[in-house]
Amino acid sequence: MKHNENTLVKRITGARLFLPLVALALVLIVNIIKTPTFFNISIQNGVLYGYIIDIINRSSELVILAVGMTLVIATGGIDISVGAVSALAAAVCIRLLGSSYDAYANPMFLCILAGLVAGILCGSFNGFLVAKMRIQAMVATLILFTAGRGIAQLISAREIGGKMVSGQIIYVRMESFKAIGGFLPKVVVPTPVFIAAAVVVLAYLILNRTALGMYIQTVGINSRAGRLVGINSTFIIFLCYAISGMMAALAGIISSSRIYSSDANNIGLNMELDAILAVALGGNNMAGGKFSLAGSVIGALTIQALTTSLYAMGVTADQLPVYKAVVVVIIVSIQSEELKGWIRMVRQQISAGKEAA
Amino acid sequence: MDKDTVLTMRSIDKVFPGVQALKDVDFTLKKGEIHALMGENGAGKSTLIKVLTGVYLKDGGEIRIEGEENPIVNHSPEEAQRNGISTVYQEVNLCPNISVAENIFIGRQPLLPWGAVNWKKMNRMAEKALAKVGLELSVTRALGEYSVAIQQMVAIARAVDVEAKVLILDEPTSSLDDNEVKKLFEVMRSLKADGVAIIFVTHFLEQVYEVCDTITVLRNGELVGAYEIEDLPRVKLVASMLGHEYDDLSEIKSAAAETGEVDETDLVLEAEGLGRSGTIKPFDLKIRKGEVVGLTGLLGSGRSELARLLFCADRPDHGDLQFKKSPLKAHAPIDSIKQGMAFLPEDRKEEGIIADLSVRENLMIALQARTGMFRLLPMAKQMELAKQFIDTLRIKTASTETLVKQLSGGNQQKVILGRWLITNPEFLILDEPTRGIDVGTKAEIQKLIVRLSEEENVTIMFISSEIEEMLRTVDRLCVLCDREKTGELKNSGIGQHDVMTAIAGGV
Repeated sequence: MKHNENTLVKRITGARLFLPLVALALVLIVNIIKTPTFFNISIQNGVLYGYIIDIINRSSELVILAVGMTLVIATGGIDISVGAVSALAAAVCIRLLGSSYDAYANPMFLCILAGLVAGILCGSFNGFLVAKMRIQAMVATLILFTAGRGIAQLISAREIGGKMVSGQIIYVRMESFKAIGGFLPKVVVPTPVFIAAAVVVLAYLILNRTALGMYIQTVGINSRAGRLVGINSTFIIFLCYAISGMMAALAGIISSSRIYSSDANNIGLNMELDAILAVALGGNNMAGGKFSLAGSVIGALTIQALTTSLYAMGVTADQLPVYKAVVVVIIVSIQSEELKGWIRMVRQQISAGKEAA
Repeated sequence: MDKDTVLTMRSIDKVFPGVQALKDVDFTLKKGEIHALMGENGAGKSTLIKVLTGVYLKDGGEIRIEGEENPIVNHSPEEAQRNGISTVYQEVNLCPNISVAENIFIGRQPLLPWGAVNWKKMNRMAEKALAKVGLELSVTRALGEYSVAIQQMVAIARAVDVEAKVLILDEPTSSLDDNEVKKLFEVMRSLKADGVAIIFVTHFLEQVYEVCDTITVLRNGELVGAYEIEDLPRVKLVASMLGHEYDDLSEIKSAAAETGEVDETDLVLEAEGLGRSGTIKPFDLKIRKGEVVGLTGLLGSGRSELARLLFCADRPDHGDLQFKKSPLKAHAPIDSIKQGMAFLPEDRKEEGIIADLSVRENLMIALQARTGMFRLLPMAKQMELAKQFIDTLRIKTASTETLVKQLSGGNQQKVILGRWLITNPEFLILDEPTRGIDVGTKAEIQKLIVRLSEEENVTIMFISSEIEEMLRTVDRLCVLCDREKTGELKNSGIGQHDVMTAIAGGV
């Protein structure tokens, strides 16, 4: 009987997503103790309202970024340019939309498409540098990390006093643009949640209904063996960066819709770090290889839950990173192999002690 | 110890978990000699060197060096160096981005009274050290600006400058071209004239006979013998390395007479002048459909390199390749795979298994790559094929979803073999498929090779270090020596002696 229990416990605790889920649960449990109303959901002004809804809504961009980042990290790379690319794509999109009250300068569909294409181009540039030129991923994506925001500011130039000044906030003044980051008419769930869910489902289908998932893992685990069995690792790596660029663009467009404008200085700021962290919290190997999309999504939700709950507890925005860092250190330590090793050793010593007694 | 002996190693033992790497090995080095240390893979050469240089601690025996009363024990390469034993490794282990002089004196720079480096003095000393090996360089330039050969010499200059009595050169020539090798030999001879004893580890027979005085042969961790170079003709050396009695030279049939003309009907593969500089010299090769061709030669003779060119695992830089009567212009292995080739690489861990994927995924990956990324093989078909090949190859695995890294070496090898058999190849290249796996599995693989060629008319190229194994399975043997295809033997009534003679260059 006891034996059976043991294996069940082991099966649960041994599952890949066990620790990421525990981390998320931990954050939520602390919340419910500190803020009893945390799980309350109500309908106000015809839309859903509550902390939980807020977390899921706000985490949409991060979830989308984490999907792209998961693939890039699985190939053994990293993409630190996603935040800047978000800003760039948003700037392209908003610039094309124009800031009139009466009509868009260009059809909204085309503008969003242009933003996405800008993101794919940025991702392709990263992919070219990493896959073809074999530049270290960190260095290659550092280029757009710094330059991307600069380009976004150039795109967001406005005439002030007869001179073009870059880095201005460009407003959209058409209500319909709000829907992307807000609500569709008569729908109670925020639009970004739908977009993020669609991205995750689509990514899951592509990775599992084609051989792409298998190829990406092969490239990340042993690219030399991958080449010999006929996998074009250069193309696979390139593709992952391009996808990451597109995800960044999508996140950027959602962010800009939320604030109803393009802010080259703030859209996607520091988001690359949260995206990387989401992948890490999801229990993914940062050296590449096997990956879990679900893990990264849980990681992204954990980070947003943490941010929202810290705000709910009255932590100010400038203090937030400090508290966040403390919690992240704890979560990452729980998942580290080293700690697991210690626990195993202590356990063995205890059981050895029992036997001796 | 004799007056002119500089180093003796007596009854050296070294045990690794499960393996006796060295067993009762003796080694004697005289002053001013160049002493070749020979042996095939796993013979114990590198273990012996590592015991001597303090990388490994020996489990038994004693090492004595000239000038020390008591036996010495080296706990680290630094200690070995203090005892007068310096090593230059195969890969240059210097820093390419700092200056030549810094490289020579790193860790022992001459200092000024207040602790700063005395650059002037160091550069002057570096020039002197280089002069000893006959080299004149600008010592302030970065080492990386010079060719690998020069870097190798700088490494030697550094090794000699620490007042080495014994200099170990561990395969120093493997990345050098002919001229550079010549230059290296000049340096070795001049050091020898200065009384330095040199241990020279190499795979190239040619070089051994050109520069060495004495040869010590190891096999399976045991000493075969130490010989003066005159007393050990090449054939005998090859025989002693490969582990066969080789008593009477005159009894051997002329190997050249056995070289049969290839029957030119039904050719599946024709290579003309195919080669890649630095790895293998241009060669011609014709293979008939359903034939089993073996590649034989010592380690480093270019066996794997030849096979890799045919599969385009390495891209040839000259010559033509015809496969199935049409020119094959491959840019990557996938092009060869699409034409029906398959390649089991020599290095299972680095190039074969994809460790973190399941047995099923490892089995399916080559077929999947050939089918294309967007046409995922249906799971039912994957399971069916995986189960079928786990059965026929008798792969011992808990399930199809077990990670391949959890399997034993032999079973991993079977998985890789299965991976290619699933693609139904017309031309299958097997580079050392039986190395490091148990005897039972070995026999299974040999049987499989014969069955594939006889029943399914698969053309096979088979590479193995074990000559018996090759003679049992192949129709024809191509002989390689020093990165060159030197001849072909038809497998009809030839014995191991003939093969060894051919490997040794027919001398």
